[in-house]
Amino acid sequence: MTQPVLEIANISKTFTLHNQGGVPIGVFDALDLSVGPGECVVLSGQSGAGKSTLMRAIYGNYLSEDGEIRVWDGEQYRDVRALEPRELHRLRKRAMGYVSQFLSVIPRVPTLTLVMEPMLERGETADEAETHARELLARLNLPERLWRLPPATFSGGEQQRVNIARGFAVSYPLMLLDEPTASLDAANKQVVIELIRERLAQGTAIVGIFHDQDVRDALGAREFDVAAISLAAA
Amino acid sequence: MHAEIETETPLLRVEKLSKHFGFLKAVNEVSFEVYPGEVLGVVGESGSGKTTLLQCLAGRISPTSGEVLFNDADDGEVNIHALTEPDRRRLRREAWGYVHQNPRDGLRRYTSAGGNIVEPLLNMGHRVYEDMRGKALDWMAQVELDTARIDDDPKRFSGGMQQRVQIARSLIHEPKIVYMDEPTGGLDVSVQARLLDTLRELVRTHSLSVVIVTHDLGVARLLADRLMVMRHGKVVEAGITDQVLDDPQDAYTQLLVSSVL
Repeated sequence: MTQPVLEIANISKTFTLHNQGGVPIGVFDALDLSVGPGECVVLSGQSGAGKSTLMRAIYGNYLSEDGEIRVWDGEQYRDVRALEPRELHRLRKRAMGYVSQFLSVIPRVPTLTLVMEPMLERGETADEAETHARELLARLNLPERLWRLPPATFSGGEQQRVNIARGFAVSYPLMLLDEPTASLDAANKQVVIELIRERLAQGTAIVGIFHDQDVRDALGAREFDVAAISLAAA
Repeated sequence: MHAEIETETPLLRVEKLSKHFGFLKAVNEVSFEVYPGEVLGVVGESGSGKTTLLQCLAGRISPTSGEVLFNDADDGEVNIHALTEPDRRRLRREAWGYVHQNPRDGLRRYTSAGGNIVEPLLNMGHRVYEDMRGKALDWMAQVELDTARIDDDPKRFSGGMQQRVQIARSLIHEPKIVYMDEPTGGLDVSVQARLLDTLRELVRTHSLSVVIVTHDLGVARLLADRLMVMRHGKVVEAGITDQVLDDPQDAYTQLLVSSVL
């Protein structure tokens, strides 16, 4: 068996809201998950089960307790939980892409620039980055007249496509996709499915949250039930 | 590639820094490091000790105890508060930049915008006039100021434009580290937003190392790689910016984050 890209061993997550009584709220406990290259894992479980929480913990956006979250960065495993902020930034830049369902980018920066940024940060030239950004935006059917505008005034679906273009601008060993198709029409949903399939074929490991059964089927994804682990924690 | 991670040396190392004013412990045993190319945000409400900390880092006031160690290109790590005043002044002029909240504190009112911007170069001994004017024009363009106004006095500029002059002035000598005290405070929201975009672009294109003090969590989210949350002179929480803001652990940080409109 090939080595996993992501290996989670025995992590737990508890929220403690100090200003609301300070009662600890357990989300999951002793969670294990391993995802190999070219594999797609879909997190399932009802709303509130902790799917997005797990995704954010992998990205280091949420803290977690105990255990390890090991990510292969192309040369070695790095434990997200043990990294200094600058090391985590570096791991994200080289090894982890994260696409959320909401526009997580700067609302006043032009669309084309936003999509080019991850490529520029990796050292691509402005010409290369712009060519690739244009291809992606065209593929996602975002009208060219919008490319020079900041996405603040775009519709939800348009903003989401900007987010996806930015998220898919560079290749990562691991991609985390939090409902990337949530507000897209059928045609654009198909484009995103194709983008994901291409990445899987290249060996990217994907962890996703997809509510549409047809998207899951199209990706041939393995299901990982976060709710079952949450129940065990409760 | 990876060897460099382990061999990286911090640009700034702060060891148990304290500054007391009488009985008030404005800064209380604060320790941290800043690495080259990192933007550290220091957040907390008014009176939490942020600005006092920044002034100690920039050698503007002396701490009561503790050390500020700056990695100088020539001499390696130096304890800036143990230096002689001329040596410290040299670092302040050549290696550091400082952006005040109020541009009037960082600009000369009766010197042209261009003159203000190039003054740090003059202080370092540059003398070629044509180079100077070219550099002033270049920096005016970088901070998105109208270059036609190079000879105007900054007092004729709006607050947002004055702040842009001050930012150009604090960066023109290519400082190793830039200290910023609420650089977008006191500006209208729309002016603030545009200035923030300019700052973000400058940080990215010049790989600046910055310590930025702000009470505005939106500013911190946009600019800082890493956050330190201060309360009553102490650091109550620190970490990568999005984690501190999205999953705060300390009661005070949770209150700060939940208070954002």
